[in-house]
Amino acid sequence: MAKIERAASGRLERRSVVRALLEDRGEMLVIGGLGAPAWDITAAGDDPRNLPLWGGMGGAAVMGLGLALAQPSRPVLVITGDGEMLMGIGSLATIATKQPRNLSVVVLDNEHYGETGMQETATRHGVDLAGMARAAGIADSRRVETEAEVLALREAIRAGQGPLFAQVKIDAATLPLVLPPREASILQARMREAILGPAAHLQ
Amino acid sequence: MQSATDAATDWPDQIYALLKEHGIRQVALVPDAGHSRLIKRCLADNDMKVVTLTTEEEGIAMLFGAWLGGEKGVLLMQSSGVGNCINMLSVPIAHRTPCPMLVTMRGDYGEFNPFQVPMGNATQAVLEAMGTLVKRADTPEDVAPTVNATLRLAFNTYRPTATLIGQRVLGAKTFGK
Repeated sequence: MAKIERAASGRLERRSVVRALLEDRGEMLVIGGLGAPAWDITAAGDDPRNLPLWGGMGGAAVMGLGLALAQPSRPVLVITGDGEMLMGIGSLATIATKQPRNLSVVVLDNEHYGETGMQETATRHGVDLAGMARAAGIADSRRVETEAEVLALREAIRAGQGPLFAQVKIDAATLPLVLPPREASILQARMREAILGPAAHLQ
Repeated sequence: MQSATDAATDWPDQIYALLKEHGIRQVALVPDAGHSRLIKRCLADNDMKVVTLTTEEEGIAMLFGAWLGGEKGVLLMQSSGVGNCINMLSVPIAHRTPCPMLVTMRGDYGEFNPFQVPMGNATQAVLEAMGTLVKRADTPEDVAPTVNATLRLAFNTYRPTATLIGQRVLGAKTFGK
């Protein structure tokens, strides 16, 4: 398996974390929150089973809920950023009320708004996203800071014992852009076809 | 043929029948008194996944996720909730995915509460500014055909659509005055 790396800061390197979570993904469907998480899932290998978002800030986790409810037999993984999660923080309560076993929400927490000039987010000031998720009713809510914890998270995402939430503390370095297709009708249509086959286009 | 008296009270049941006819499996909502009878019908249906949201924009996002997975959904909300949806409507527009909304109006016809009027007055303009096809139903008899058209437009032409159910149909909340 690809090595999980640490940056000079001592914190986990985001793309190595995402690569580890997605490697040998099987049936897993992945939604990437706008900005760096969308580039991260694309850097791990652009794939029809990925839905990288170019907008809809605050909506990634609850998109995952709609998808997880529609496809209960497949693991659904939302990978998003701390700023994006904070904007839709109420969706943790919405998700908790439904307790979808197949849904995992992983926040790559660099404590900054990366796309707009690295302004600090609330997590920079100690806001505990995993604690908020747990308090909302997502019992398996973790803070992830080590390689071993990433590997345990990788297994948990695949186990279908969710809902699961993870706040992964990552290094804040801005990495080279790896852009997915920008025509969003293609992004949705290719994912639907990957899930539903050619019948997707006749629904 | 339904009598006018039946339609006056049965329109929520007619909407429920349409949701079944269109194969709606996910119902996202922030409650409104005007939708309470429909919500009860949906909650009693084991084939429908009813999700109560913390804010209406979650519903726009949830219906997108549902469609990715091959399920049809509908968003039920009050007119004030439309204001919470504005930016999230970029998601079904850019992806070209169905997003039907059934909106019960406040601030529309005999409103008592001043805070309901600004958003009620702006509901249609705001939705249309965000590329949504909007139809109004201002009599009980109009509700079912308008909702049917809204569902058909959304799922056949892949876009956000809305039926606004006027306060004239619902009756204004009077707070005892």
